Amino acid sequence: MSELSYRDALNQALNEEMSRDANVFLMGEEVARYNGAYKVSQGLLDKFGSARVVDAPISELGFAGLGVGAAMVGLRPVIEMMTWNFAILAMDQIVNNAAKLRHMSGGQLRCPIVFRGPGGAGGRLSSQHSQALEAHYVHCPGLKVVAPATPADAKGLLKSAIRDDNPIVFIEGELLYGVKGDVPDGEHLVPIGKADIKRPGDQVTIITWSRMLLWYVNEAAQKLADQGISAEVLDLRTLRPLDEEAILTSVRKTNRVVIVEEGWPLASVGATLTDLIQREAFDDLDAPVQRVTGLDINMSYAANLEAATQPSVERIIAAVNQVLYR
Amino acid sequence: MAPANRALQLASSSRKKSSNKKTTVARQSGAMSAHPLLHTQGLLECYRAMLRIRTLDERMMTLQRQGRIGFYGACTGQEAACIGSAYALRANDWVFPALREGGAMLLRGFALVPYIAQVFGNSGDITKGRQMPSHQAAASVHQVSWSSVIGTQLSQAVGAAWAAKLKKDDTVVMAYLGDGATSSNDFHVAMNFAGVFKAPVVFVCQNNHWSISVPTDHQTASESIAIKAVAYGLPGVKVDGNDVSAVYAAVAAAVERARRGQGATLVELETYRMGAHSSSDDPSRYRDPAEVEAWKKKDPVERLRSRLFALNAWNSAQDKALQAELLEEVNTAIKEAESLPPPSIATLFEDVYQGEPWHLKEQRAELLESIKRHGR
Repeated sequence: MSELSYRDALNQALNEEMSRDANVFLMGEEVARYNGAYKVSQGLLDKFGSARVVDAPISELGFAGLGVGAAMVGLRPVIEMMTWNFAILAMDQIVNNAAKLRHMSGGQLRCPIVFRGPGGAGGRLSSQHSQALEAHYVHCPGLKVVAPATPADAKGLLKSAIRDDNPIVFIEGELLYGVKGDVPDGEHLVPIGKADIKRPGDQVTIITWSRMLLWYVNEAAQKLADQGISAEVLDLRTLRPLDEEAILTSVRKTNRVVIVEEGWPLASVGATLTDLIQREAFDDLDAPVQRVTGLDINMSYAANLEAATQPSVERIIAAVNQVLYR
Repeated sequence: MAPANRALQLASSSRKKSSNKKTTVARQSGAMSAHPLLHTQGLLECYRAMLRIRTLDERMMTLQRQGRIGFYGACTGQEAACIGSAYALRANDWVFPALREGGAMLLRGFALVPYIAQVFGNSGDITKGRQMPSHQAAASVHQVSWSSVIGTQLSQAVGAAWAAKLKKDDTVVMAYLGDGATSSNDFHVAMNFAGVFKAPVVFVCQNNHWSISVPTDHQTASESIAIKAVAYGLPGVKVDGNDVSAVYAAVAAAVERARRGQGATLVELETYRMGAHSSSDDPSRYRDPAEVEAWKKKDPVERLRSRLFALNAWNSAQDKALQAELLEEVNTAIKEAESLPPPSIATLFEDVYQGEPWHLKEQRAELLESIKRHGR
């Protein structure tokens, strides 16, 4: 076990998987000589050379397509998006192609590819750099969507993602790269599709993922504990496929649910979770599910406006109080 | 000679040898002869504008390092390219900028205090604290907001130019890009559409040799950026982007050509990003300091100053006085802009739509109530 930053944990995963399997290569903007816009690929060019760590010209659609083509003939590309905001330009390759190739080809083709990069707010970067876009990809059959919150999960999930035979959308928290935590050394695999109870509790379930866990939910749960309220914190880690069993088990234990999501409220992951919970656990609920989301507006640059647009500890506690009728 | 053939000639000539040679090629072309180089008065105006951005950029980078602003992308080393090109425009022309054309807005009359208030993102900012610094927009001077997503502005500019054609006015649209943006999908789309639609648009590529850490030869295998125009049936011109007269001459010719209804041109301005890509970057990690030193000798501001001295149009006493005046102007504007309060939280819900839908009214009421109760 070592204490590593989220960034270094991802770097370790890439390093180990590239050492293990010569079919794995990394391509994206600034990944080679610059060691990545967020330094996730630090040292990889020196170790693996310019054929496997490749600086791409600025065309997200272009290098996503190159990755899809390479995957179809047997390689395992890791395509770094400088941010998921820019990956919107590559959605044709991700959604129309990577997600569908296996199905469209009657199972003849496969697309073992990882599209990875930072999502969510980054600290005064305004509306085109701050979006939490996971719901866009969660919507699409054929894709798996992963969004780890901790360094250990980041490493274990990235290793599993690279080994998976399906296309994976791997969304890192832009503000999480510097966060430190204990990470198992060497072979550490976290299965895709498994949620994790980050804090056990029995009065209310708070479901979340990625940065919301460390920024707001943990603090809210602690404040609630100080007030004598026992909150269970469930970190989904994978958003598609959903770990329905873990979600419903927790709901059946606490009977009250608050979902905390960085993205917008309409047609969101939280909306889907709410649907699942009311269908599968209606009789176990003691209150309607509450959701805390980013406001239904675009992000601002001004610090006070940026903070007001995102979920907060106060809004989470208020939602918990609501489901507890306190 | 048909435009496409002339372009081929220009673009292929421009592949040869030094940047001085390239400038000569551009100056000698038929299109240029109707456009004399800037006269002394014009050079002095450009010099003032260039020195003003240099002063402003230095102060903004300092504020960023002090944590007083969030982000900044300076134009340092590219002032001749920015100012010389924008100087060729009329007030009713539109600018679709990239990252480093804030100076065009200032040249075309946008006031310094709201400009700096935008960098602070406070209540003096006409974009209401929403957009990042170096992504300004001011409809009053016909400059739109740059999209952070590389190349997006290029197809939009062709659309704006198409609109001018439909409205039968003589507006020209200037679309700026960097060398990196020539890899983007939108670059190809824009060049192709501009050719097919004969749109009154001028693509001005500030080839500053670096897209963050990626040099131009890793971005394209073409001999030049200008030569790319040939395949789209457009003229492509490459000039020394650190020579304000050369920039003006080439861009003015392209603007007039567009205004005459003869369609688009791609102008490549060869220049150099003397500083970092943005405040988030440290170029010493990937760039040879000798290269930076060599380009510093071609500093466009110093070059123009020397030229004005040689023309006896300017002297060092005047220069010192102007430097002091501009620093005072910038510092006074910073002081005034920084003193303004942050944007009001209640403004968050404005401008999401034309007219405010019920759900945003509800969200505003909830948020303000929550702030009243919990402080946020």
